[in-house]
Amino acid sequence: MINLLSRKLGLGRPAPASGSGVADSGPILSPILSVEGLTVKFDGFTVLDSLDFSMERGEMRFLIGPNGAGKTTLIDVITGKARPVRGRVIFDGWVDLARRQEHDLVRLGIGRKFQTPAVFGSLTVFQNLEVALGFRNSLGAQMRDLNAAGKERVWHTLEQVGLTSQAQRKSGVLSHGEKQWLEIGMLLVQDPKLLLLDEPVAGMTRRERDRTGELLQRIAQERSVLVVEHDMVFVRQLARKVTVLHLGKVLSEGTMESVQQDPQVIEAYLGHSKPRAAPRATPTEESGGGLRSTVVAPA
Amino acid sequence: MRVLPPPAFLHGWVARWCLPALVLLLLLAAPAVLSGFRMGLLGKFLTFAILALSLNLVWGYGGMLSLGHGVFFGLGGYAMAMFLKLEAARDKLPDFMFWSGLTELPIFWEPFRHAWFALPMTFILPAALAGGLGYLVFRSRITGVYFALITQALALIVSILFVGQQPYTGGTNGITNFRTIFGFSVTGAGTQLAMYYITVAFLALTYLLCHWIIASRLGRLLVAMRDDENRVRFSGYNPAVLKTAVFTLSAGLAGVSGALFVPQVGIISPSLMGIVPSIEIAIWVAVGGRGVLMGAVLGAIVVNGAKSLFSESFPDIWQYFLGALFVGAVLMFPSGIMGFFRSEGWRPGWRALTQARAAVLKK
Repeated sequence: MINLLSRKLGLGRPAPASGSGVADSGPILSPILSVEGLTVKFDGFTVLDSLDFSMERGEMRFLIGPNGAGKTTLIDVITGKARPVRGRVIFDGWVDLARRQEHDLVRLGIGRKFQTPAVFGSLTVFQNLEVALGFRNSLGAQMRDLNAAGKERVWHTLEQVGLTSQAQRKSGVLSHGEKQWLEIGMLLVQDPKLLLLDEPVAGMTRRERDRTGELLQRIAQERSVLVVEHDMVFVRQLARKVTVLHLGKVLSEGTMESVQQDPQVIEAYLGHSKPRAAPRATPTEESGGGLRSTVVAPA
Repeated sequence: MRVLPPPAFLHGWVARWCLPALVLLLLLAAPAVLSGFRMGLLGKFLTFAILALSLNLVWGYGGMLSLGHGVFFGLGGYAMAMFLKLEAARDKLPDFMFWSGLTELPIFWEPFRHAWFALPMTFILPAALAGGLGYLVFRSRITGVYFALITQALALIVSILFVGQQPYTGGTNGITNFRTIFGFSVTGAGTQLAMYYITVAFLALTYLLCHWIIASRLGRLLVAMRDDENRVRFSGYNPAVLKTAVFTLSAGLAGVSGALFVPQVGIISPSLMGIVPSIEIAIWVAVGGRGVLMGAVLGAIVVNGAKSLFSESFPDIWQYFLGALFVGAVLMFPSGIMGFFRSEGWRPGWRALTQARAAVLKK
């Protein structure tokens, strides 16, 4: 298991549950997210197995791995949906995320997009963002209209995600891709420090995927982004750094190229068959297609 | 043939305020043309309209089907009835307590002697019950049909409790035989007329309050919660707090409707707060149109009006007519009377009209 990040920061490999490295580095140098010895079990089945994982501030990281590797579970723990048996998750250098409620975590600055687009279908696109923006308002403040600055912020976000012309439409009638963008917009309008995206381009056409890619690159300039993705073409286009999960542990970490050549990764995806059996993926390929056919094409 | 969209006046500002204003005018003028008996009936229906508005807030907008709103209505009604009963009994023990063998007034009855206590209690008692129950239920993330079942159980439990505690609640008979309200005879024509207008005023106020909430960001948040509660939670809101707040307000409004009901009808009893009356409230809202404020008002008036019309004309089989009305409404107007006029139902009707006109012109 390689942990490039901790090496780069000179912290050494974080020992499970020690946390000393985090404390020493101070809030500025500390990683935005640091997972230490995280174990999660569902009905006795171990989904995450003393997982160590860390993300730098402002980084865009891709999380890949075969089905059942624990990718979504890791995001579930970070957002408070699943509870760990052991280990801890430190956000922003000081907040221990365990035992906090979901809405609390959002208020700390963690935004999450689900696999299937989740928007409020009976509200207009504008109103969707308006609801998302008001998350720090009290009940009384909710009785007053959005102020000018708030409206400006909603329009700005609409422009960012390319939905300005759809502002007054009911979000229920949007296309799949537009709903995905709207949901990303609902997160952006809240200005999170860490954005977690679970398969943001699943089910998108190639054009939609390209636009989403551009959007993510712009978003990543201002905040930390963790993306779970199956679409390897998409990952290859955007990823600077990839973490491969397998059976609840980090199998490999590094650039897409180095990860693809890691024999452990090849074995995890292909079982015991020989690496050359995998067809070569080309950047022009239409869609992500099957995992097996695209992930481990040796360079 | 091109199907025309619903006329624009059915949406915008006109639809929002003209229909309510028209209904209000009709209600204000009604006593001039209705007999005392009919006016009494209408006054009763209007208290039901307030009740339907309160349920529409939690169910139509918030997506929480409460089958226990009869309890909140009943609690408000009982608080009012205790006040009236003590006024009727003057310094003596209320009649049913005497018959049940009590020798002195139970201590919790004592404060209901005073209007300043009893009248606010018609709102506070049901609101407090809903707030406590709601917070426990919503915090445990109980939603949908399970929430409906729990509230239905509440209706059963409370009505059984009230039947069982005869010395304190009047048992099955409930509380009745009132004499005066603030010194005026409850059955007097003038008092009845005043009660009618007070009810109209409360209905208008409740409508405005609900509209204020619905038209605000809070209202949109409520609808968002109906659409996708999880997304609301992961947008940084605590749904349990929001839902409890709305449920509490709704229960309080239901209590006020009960308090207005009692002096006009002259009785409150467990049979008005059990499972069946609680479900009936949901039927009014469904027939009138969920998620439309005016739908709740019209639904309560239309269904109860039909109920009394059928029972007068067909004393033996009127319940079948009522059943047919419900089934028909659900089958043909799934979004209720208001939903029909607002969108989908209007188009076929409009199409038929244009076709008929074209056929006439051809000849």
